[in-house]
Amino acid sequence: MNSASILTAEAPNAAASAGLAPEPKVVARNVDVHYGEKHALKAVSVDIPARAVTAFIGPSGCGKSTFLRCINRMNDTISTCRVTGEITIDGQDIYDPRLDVVLLRARVGMVFQKPNPFPKTIYENVAYGPRLHGLASGKAELDEIVERSLRRASLWEEAKDRLGESGTGLSGGQQQRLCIARAIAVSPEVILMDEPCSALDPIATAKIEELIDELRTNFTIVIVTHSMQQAARVSQRTAFFHLGTLVEEGATDQIFTNPRDRRTQDYITGRFG
Amino acid sequence: MTQHTVRAYDEELGTLSSKINQMGGIAEAMLVDAVDALAKHDVTKARSVIERDAQLDSIQHDIEELAVLIIARRQPMANDLRHIMGTIRIASDIERIGDLVKNIAKRVTVIEERFLGVRSVTGIQHMTHLVLGQVKAVLDSFAQNNPDLARHVWLHDGEVDTLNNSLFRELLTYMMEDPRAITFSTHLLFIAKNIERAGDHATNIAETVFFIETGEQLSGPRPKGDSSVFAVSGKDA
Ligand SMILES: Nc1ncnc2c1ncn2[C@@H]1O[C@H](COP(=O)(O)OP(=O)(O)OP(=O)(O)O)[C@@H](O)[C@H]1O
Ligand SMILES: [Mg+2]
Repeated sequence: MNSASILTAEAPNAAASAGLAPEPKVVARNVDVHYGEKHALKAVSVDIPARAVTAFIGPSGCGKSTFLRCINRMNDTISTCRVTGEITIDGQDIYDPRLDVVLLRARVGMVFQKPNPFPKTIYENVAYGPRLHGLASGKAELDEIVERSLRRASLWEEAKDRLGESGTGLSGGQQQRLCIARAIAVSPEVILMDEPCSALDPIATAKIEELIDELRTNFTIVIVTHSMQQAARVSQRTAFFHLGTLVEEGATDQIFTNPRDRRTQDYITGRFG
Repeated sequence: MTQHTVRAYDEELGTLSSKINQMGGIAEAMLVDAVDALAKHDVTKARSVIERDAQLDSIQHDIEELAVLIIARRQPMANDLRHIMGTIRIASDIERIGDLVKNIAKRVTVIEERFLGVRSVTGIQHMTHLVLGQVKAVLDSFAQNNPDLARHVWLHDGEVDTLNNSLFRELLTYMMEDPRAITFSTHLLFIAKNIERAGDHATNIAETVFFIETGEQLSGPRPKGDSSVFAVSGKDA
């Protein structure tokens, strides 16, 4: 979009921390989602900045996961689900019928609320994507990608001696880190994370947060979280959803110290009925 | 204000506020008594003011401990966070007012009675009246969550400064007329200055209350009356 930002890679982050809306990576306009008769998302419009972390917060059932799934067309897999409106990534309409959805999901990686490793070895879980997309030219390079991804997801130390064991044999928190390793192994441009830390202990959570902070220099990250503190710690922008609408979006610092909307304030201060 | 889902959180915040009110009440009474002790040269009353300052220190400690505990327990956000941080600041401003008043009371115990009765004491009483009004109003603004009242206090601090200036000039004249009154007049000068500074703390509190309630800083032009700095050098402000 804006070619100037390629030359000054730091600019978007600086703008984000200054509370300005930086160059958008993902742009949503008037997105509506129905599950059959159920109107789950209502006219959501938002700009998600490049190379920054955007947090989605809101009470259970408000539509956070639904909106997240719109960004990589995961909702296509739900038969009753109908999405209208416009979503673009780098200006490209991702609901364009000519678009290759498999390629889109390589560009837009996702980590789900519940860890869902493939019933394969730990190694294969991470190697699967890079092999599918031809990102490694040989075994050595693939090994390298697997190790780097597991290290970044802070699972390497625990997994390096059991790479041949099944991913489903790991603990819940380890499985989640495996899924994060799997998502980043293909170097996506956008990473969607749906409550990635809900099954993790505080140390693993801190490691994932450190990872997110590191990833944001290169990736665009959207994270759904029920922890206000986590949203405040890891994100530069925060969007508050309530009953299927996007109530308020702004610089994280502002949302958590001085939200504009009464509903946002009631939610983040623990006053929701 | 809507209640928190966790009721104990509301109670904790309520305790913080009531401790501020308690501190405010003590500080107000101390100021009234200190100036009354001055006018009547009542050394016993002055001593009681000095003793009461310790209560302020102790409540301030309670407030700080409770605030730290609430932050650790509840991880407050938004208006709650501003409220807690603001409460810590207000407690410290009231504690400072207490120190200033205590200093006034100490001076009352050492000044020479024979000079009392000069008009300057009336001036000091007048200043005290204004500052008390400011302190009362700003504590009300806190108790009533009223940023408009806080702004009103903030805008009217100039009147106290103006009074302090005229008192300053008056006392200078006395000192020139009668060198034996220099020690006494100097005490009065400091007393007046302390009252003025107590007023400044009321203004600080007004800024804090405004921030707690709105999340914005008070800003913009404000009438400023203090020109005593210039009076020394003989220039008129
Ligand atoms: N596959 C589905 N079929 C029918 N309704 C659905 C489906 N998925 C979600 N919904 C409904 O859409 C609404 C939004 O759900 P969504 O999962 O997006 O909420 P959420 O904000 O992610 O909640 P949580 O914080 O609990 O994960 C809810 O009312 C939910 O019941
Ligand atoms: Mg969800």
